Amino acid sequence: MNRPTMTPGRLLAWCALGFSIIITIFPFLWMVRTALTPANDLFADNGRLFPQHPTLINFERVLGLVSAEEARAAGGSGAQIDFLRYTLNSVIYCGLIAGVQTFFCAMAGYAFARLRFPGRDLLFGILVGALMVPPIFTLLPNFTLVKNLDLMNTFLGMAAPSLLMTPFAVFFLRQFFLSVPAEVEEAAVLDGVGQWGLFWRVVMPMTRGPLITIGLTTTVWAWKDFLWPLLVGREEKTRVLTVALGVFLQQSPNTQPDWTGLMAASTLSVVPVLILLIFLGKRLVQSLNFTGIK
Amino acid sequence: MLTQPQGTPGTNVATAASGRGRPDLPGGGRSGPRSQPAGAAARRKRDDRRVAPLFLLPVLIGFALFYVYPTIRGVWFSVTDYSLLNTPSFVGADNYTKLVHDPQFWDSLKVTAYYVLINIGSQTVLALGLAALMHRLTRSVWVRAMLLVPWLVPNVTVGLLWLFLLDANLGFVNHLLTAVGLDNIGFFTSPSWAMPSVALVNTWAYTGYTALLFYAGMLQTPQHLYDSAALDGAGELRMFRNVTLPLLRPIIALVLVVSMIGSFQIFDTVAVTSKGGPVGATRVIYYYIYQQAFTYFHMGYASAAAMVLVVILGILTFVQMRLLRASRSDLG
Repeated sequence: MNRPTMTPGRLLAWCALGFSIIITIFPFLWMVRTALTPANDLFADNGRLFPQHPTLINFERVLGLVSAEEARAAGGSGAQIDFLRYTLNSVIYCGLIAGVQTFFCAMAGYAFARLRFPGRDLLFGILVGALMVPPIFTLLPNFTLVKNLDLMNTFLGMAAPSLLMTPFAVFFLRQFFLSVPAEVEEAAVLDGVGQWGLFWRVVMPMTRGPLITIGLTTTVWAWKDFLWPLLVGREEKTRVLTVALGVFLQQSPNTQPDWTGLMAASTLSVVPVLILLIFLGKRLVQSLNFTGIK
Repeated sequence: MLTQPQGTPGTNVATAASGRGRPDLPGGGRSGPRSQPAGAAARRKRDDRRVAPLFLLPVLIGFALFYVYPTIRGVWFSVTDYSLLNTPSFVGADNYTKLVHDPQFWDSLKVTAYYVLINIGSQTVLALGLAALMHRLTRSVWVRAMLLVPWLVPNVTVGLLWLFLLDANLGFVNHLLTAVGLDNIGFFTSPSWAMPSVALVNTWAYTGYTALLFYAGMLQTPQHLYDSAALDGAGELRMFRNVTLPLLRPIIALVLVVSMIGSFQIFDTVAVTSKGGPVGATRVIYYYIYQQAFTYFHMGYASAAAMVLVVILGILTFVQMRLLRASRSDLG
């Protein structure tokens, strides 16, 4: 691509792009700014880009590092909050789902792409058909099921519906296994390797890229999940970040919300995402080349 | 079944396979014809019906337990009176008759449609513009990564950020409005502003992601089309209208289908910011179902409403897929 010269039109286009990026990023900067502002300065500092007396007290109190009195003095409601624990819960929730689901869906995706058995395509069609059912429809009975199985407020109960599979992951991974060169497989079969050995020792290592991609996508979804963990994992010991944010907002008085604390807690829910983006940004961005939808 | 692969692992095979190189995109190596007669014969004779269940078992269990079973139960709940505490008792079509006469239900559908209209409309137009800007200006991965951040953040966080930014007393946006001499706006508390506010907040959250999908599609447009259009003296705007847009049509349609179905299922942002209010102005269908099920414990009634949503989404998908098929790219 040869570089066109800077015309007024291109300059304008760059400005528009720059403006979009500012609009995209500004709310996050404002969030961090507010998190660093003492609650008492909130009104005085309104409109200021940097707090006059920056402080870490808001982070300390949402992480449960200071006593209830100190937290209340800094603008908190005094209710016990421990975002360190909620972050950890979120990591467990996401890791459990992403790891187990990706592994099992890879097995099934491989079977649908590579193995020959009667009824294969029909079965696959039924699985993919489930993509059409909106989550809220299965959510109500699944809630009853988890409740009856006595799995409320356990990580197993929270992860259960998406632990073993999602139709999307099976679909995505099947598409990928379809494009693994057949020669590798033939050579391995001639060498007397069983189907399982072939999958585990040959194909899995070859497809590490797409496996990471689907694992990442699943992690992001699980990280953003709100309604389901709110319904089945509200209690302290399994409360994930999103639910904790919702509860925190509820506890804070309607007339005068604890903005500085809320923004500090919000910051904590964004930081892991930024870390993910810094280390895996390229893969994440490139994975959006319609792999998901096509 | 999780721990050990069955059979003795042939180390020589593993090394032999990795010796073949690990193509980053296995699709690229597809060119080799299946010329080896022995291999072809082996493939044709193969029947894996004995190993296949091993591969499929975990997924099939998950599918049966958490997709098939709840779907059947959901249909059953919708014709029962069920409050989570009693056992469901069959009431025939009662729930559906009640739905038809429930103004709140119809209202929630209307409110949802209004939301989808604002959200999808603004998001699609902005994302197209943004994608075109990126396509003509830069290939930078970092620009794309920055635009993706709002999509990576939980909707709950997005809701909280904007709840503060749009707050009537301390919000930054109202601070700007008063600075230029305008009145404060209660973005989430005024019945006429609440829904547009929620919709535009989600537009903010999803425009970057949608733009990246369009951008990926634009990259597939052959460069020579732009070159010859430029030779003909076409400006950027004309190129966008006559080259970019027509070739992108199938992808636009596809993105529209997927994002519209997602848009119908808005919940998190409403739950955090306006909580369905004021006076039901943002009580979208998901929120309505949620309230019926978990605030009033009308599980059967909520299931019936969810059934209606399934049918609506099914019809929408079907219609859009038909339109999609009718709008193949001009590239052939």
